Amino acid sequence: MKKTIQRGLFTGALVLMTAMTAKPANAAVNYQALVDADVKKFQGFFRKEFPDVKLEDFGNGVYALDEDARKQWKEMEEFPPYELDVEAGKALFNKPFANGKSLASCFPNGGAVRGMYPYFDEKRKEVVTLEMAINECRVANGEKPYAWKKGDIARVSAYIASISRGQKVDVKVKSKAAYDAYMKGKEMFYAKRGQLNMSCSGCHMEYAGRHLRAEIMSPALGHTTHFPVFRSKWGEIGTLHRRYAGCNENIGAKPFPAQSKEYRDLEFFQTVMSNGLKYNGPASRK
Amino acid sequence: MKSSGIIAAAAVLLLPSLGKAAAPAAVDSSVEKGKALALDTNKGNCIACHMMGDGEFPGNYGPPLSQMKERYPDRAVLRKQIEDATVMNPKSIMPPFGKHGILSDSEISQIIDYLYTL
Repeated sequence: MKKTIQRGLFTGALVLMTAMTAKPANAAVNYQALVDADVKKFQGFFRKEFPDVKLEDFGNGVYALDEDARKQWKEMEEFPPYELDVEAGKALFNKPFANGKSLASCFPNGGAVRGMYPYFDEKRKEVVTLEMAINECRVANGEKPYAWKKGDIARVSAYIASISRGQKVDVKVKSKAAYDAYMKGKEMFYAKRGQLNMSCSGCHMEYAGRHLRAEIMSPALGHTTHFPVFRSKWGEIGTLHRRYAGCNENIGAKPFPAQSKEYRDLEFFQTVMSNGLKYNGPASRK
Repeated sequence: MKSSGIIAAAAVLLLPSLGKAAAPAAVDSSVEKGKALALDTNKGNCIACHMMGDGEFPGNYGPPLSQMKERYPDRAVLRKQIEDATVMNPKSIMPPFGKHGILSDSEISQIIDYLYTL
């Protein structure tokens, strides 16, 4: 008797559990709407914090926030330090591979494709970045991939960015898998890590515009729009993932490899947060 | 041999009480060490976030480090704040210098000695 009741209860519980778990799976979740709400909150934070800064200007990083820094930067941009890299990137983009094809044969629109990346590839179930697409094109044509952080990868990326200036940031999150990648990136952005126990959001949201010693903290809004950058500190051009690694090292955290899933998801999240801004790379930075 | 060591140790111990200048010198050296640690980018690096004495280009993440004795009359409270500021305020961005082993106990003591001069 007791056993029967137990079994009945068990079955009942199972049915209930199935019903409970099945419900959200059946109902279509509008992931884009969830993400759009996040974007609104995120951008609202910066608009409130810096009411005098135009949304579009956040793509200029710290130079959107501080006038003195902006003046110096504008002088630097009169003779852009990345100009030679853009030229070299153009040559590499059009240079024939051994099989006669070139990077140009992989990309539509004459290579003005910055606005298409990063995106979530629904078949591969992962985020594809521009740098990844560049190297995949090379490998597919029997060429060696470029090293990920600097040099030719950054030059080609800079050329593509330069002919794509003004394209709108409009990253879509349309499936559960895409949303999962987005959430991973979001977690990476907000979680404290490393010996100094700091998060991306700590400095680049809560303390954006404040001084860390003599440096001014850049706002996270617009972080990904202007890469690759020629950084004075590097004395050369480098990719976004190179910068991510440097930031992680600064806070005493072990960096992830460039183009790792972790950094691609972070790039995905950060770029979504800048939806509505325009691509304006390459750029020069201190 | 043994007794000469004891005599030497006794002489060293007695020295501060002999001359008045010797005692402040010991304190000063702790204050100076503390100041150096507070400026060291690989150690306290307090100035990265706080205005601090005559240090140049201070950051402004946190409040200026001034009137520290008045603000932290209890040395233990200040020590805890440096060891792990997230205990008092979970959202604090201040690195947990003690908990994460960025500074040793004695280094924190020296920094406190310095902070109490501000």
